[in-house]
Amino acid sequence: MHCCDSAFFDNVLSYFLLQEMDFPGGKVAFTSKLEFIPGNSDRRVPCYRVLDQYGRLLNDAHFEQVSEEVAVKIYSNMVALQMMDSILYEAQRQGRISFYVTSMGEEAINIASAAALSDDDVVLPQYREPGVLLWRGFTLQEFANQCFGNKFDYGKGRQMPIHYGSNKLNYFTISSPIATQLPQAVGVAYSLKMDKKEACVVTYVGDGGTSEGDFHASLNFAAVMDAPVVFICRNNGWAISTHITEQFRSDGVAIKGRAYGIPSIRVDGNDALAVYNTVKRAREIAINEHTPILIEALTYRVGSHSTSDDSTKYRPIDEIECWKMERNPVNKFRKWVESNGWWSDEAEVDLRAAVRKKLLQVIQNAEKAEKPPLAELFADVYDSLPLNLREQETELRETIKRHPEDYPSDVPV
Amino acid sequence: MAAALRRLGSAAHWRGFSTACQEINKSGIHPQHGGKATNLCSAINQALHIALESDPRSYVFGEDVSFGGVFRCTTGLVDQFGKNRVFNTPLCEQGIVGFGIGLAAMGNQAIAEIQFADYIFPAFDQIVNEAAKFRYRSGNQFNCGGLTIRSPYGAVGHGGHYHSQSPEAFFCHVPGIKVVIPRSPRQAKGLLLSCIRDPNPVVFFEPKWLYRQSIEQVPEGDYMLPLSEAEVIREGNDITLVGWGAQLSVMEQACVDAEKEGISCELVDLKTLLPWDKETVEASVRKTGRLLISHEAPVTGGFGAEISASIVERCFLRLEAPVARVCGLDTPFPLVFEPFYLPTKNKILDAIKATVKY
Repeated sequence: MHCCDSAFFDNVLSYFLLQEMDFPGGKVAFTSKLEFIPGNSDRRVPCYRVLDQYGRLLNDAHFEQVSEEVAVKIYSNMVALQMMDSILYEAQRQGRISFYVTSMGEEAINIASAAALSDDDVVLPQYREPGVLLWRGFTLQEFANQCFGNKFDYGKGRQMPIHYGSNKLNYFTISSPIATQLPQAVGVAYSLKMDKKEACVVTYVGDGGTSEGDFHASLNFAAVMDAPVVFICRNNGWAISTHITEQFRSDGVAIKGRAYGIPSIRVDGNDALAVYNTVKRAREIAINEHTPILIEALTYRVGSHSTSDDSTKYRPIDEIECWKMERNPVNKFRKWVESNGWWSDEAEVDLRAAVRKKLLQVIQNAEKAEKPPLAELFADVYDSLPLNLREQETELRETIKRHPEDYPSDVPV
Repeated sequence: MAAALRRLGSAAHWRGFSTACQEINKSGIHPQHGGKATNLCSAINQALHIALESDPRSYVFGEDVSFGGVFRCTTGLVDQFGKNRVFNTPLCEQGIVGFGIGLAAMGNQAIAEIQFADYIFPAFDQIVNEAAKFRYRSGNQFNCGGLTIRSPYGAVGHGGHYHSQSPEAFFCHVPGIKVVIPRSPRQAKGLLLSCIRDPNPVVFFEPKWLYRQSIEQVPEGDYMLPLSEAEVIREGNDITLVGWGAQLSVMEQACVDAEKEGISCELVDLKTLLPWDKETVEASVRKTGRLLISHEAPVTGGFGAEISASIVERCFLRLEAPVARVCGLDTPFPLVFEPFYLPTKNKILDAIKATVKY
């Protein structure tokens, strides 16, 4: 090192002035004040919105106008999702399917986030985002086939209802454990980046999921790997019966992005236009700047956690009703679409009648279809059957012959 | 830590192997013949070089792998293949495996390193609930078969609780993954290349005691050894011994000593623990009529129990003595008491004699 090296002089100077320390990762300024960084700021992170609660466009809103075609498609899909939820929920109550999870109250996040993506963007869902699949063209029949676990279910009847997946639609198969998809999303995104794809990964998690180690692992990995992942947290206030005040002490989720060096934003999850604009912008940044983005969408789980839960046991009915009626994201978006002259009562009646008819028909079809054959019990554990599974299959088939009465008759042996 | 562990080797006694396998690879390389004297660490390193060279969609990553890894198994990889394909990750095992699953699900060969098998447990959920079920739960729409998780396991002389464990049995209870443990440099290279290229997720435990202690002629080229095929590495008539990894060298010494006392032992290397080759073990026990299993992991719930139960089911009338298990004690892996804890040569020799005389 030479004395004329200016960096050397800078270092010497800052050392003597004690203004900053050269530390791995960049210089750190000194201070003589003994001050802790507060755990929370006085001002909570604001929530980006485009529409007010009555569906009126805010004057100063930053947003990109959507076309009539896209707006109507978003609205129609939100209605279809709402109706699929209510009819499949009823099917569970009638004992026709074993389990169901609704997305009620979160239709805007589901559909508007999907609408903002390209079909090449890869989705790693939690389980309350079937609307993304619906938007991408998964048919109501395909949804019903999965819920009934029939031979047309791509998952071959192996998982509980609502664990959808579609390779064709770039939508990874859902698994029940919470937040496990998040670190996987980083690996998928790294692959997209290495393959120089014009695409990102979008992965979803709830507020409860942000307490899992996998959430923190994934944000940190994504930041360090410069991976194009858009993390969308549906902060719906409740993880089964656990309220967010029992989940974390931070100002929600968006703020956590900063600790990992990730840009983040809080958005009104019940404002479809705001969600659409946020996700659209986020994916552009993620792809062009090779960075993850964290979106916290504030919403409310209007339904119970699942059909195995009764949420009125742990939260006030007034609260549920308020979000269900006054803050309903479908109604809000409808008002805006109508205000543009793109929707009418007549269109509404026609849409609902058509979706309802279709749903009843697909449920009937799915119910009538055969279950997957017994061989599917053993297939796909590995790419091919190892010896132990071949032996167990043979043994099971012999047992079935001896005791056919012990086994369901609708599974072809 | 790395420096301390590099010193561990000097405390270890020499462990080596003679192998006697007949596979011939497609490439024309005889995996059991020829090559250069190579230790197990270098054999792993060679396999990783070949994997990265032969498939441009392969990646090596984990804690500290860029500079060569704490055991030096990844030395030189970043120089040759660049930091986009060989890279450090944050210190987070669940992140490493989760990331690897996603990478593999996109059709890549994801070769993840967990620095010590003792630290694999934060990734247990990702391995058990995610990697293992990825293909099955999606009806084969998705799979993470390109994932291989490498991790050094086992006793090393003074590793104590958290640098010595053998957690293989936990993973052998999980349909959907494969579990492979090599015994020697030649085996390590051929098996690791098979694991990397196998279309299923694999947990590959490397006997860290042998990284430098085990030296063998290893072919320099690309070759693979079959998974789920056990190998009789020493023929005998009086008793069958089954083991894997580093423990085989201890067992082999017991076989040599038993021979001096007129007992002819057959030694079987299981190599792949899941799905395991029952047929080879069964054939051997049908010949000898006796079975001894030995592993470093605690005896209760160890994989030896599974082998014992399976062989009793199949060979009950042929067995002339109870199946013997010479394994680690049901204690945490101890530091000062390591020589007491381990299934040593004389413990095995005693069990051989007791079983033969039963």
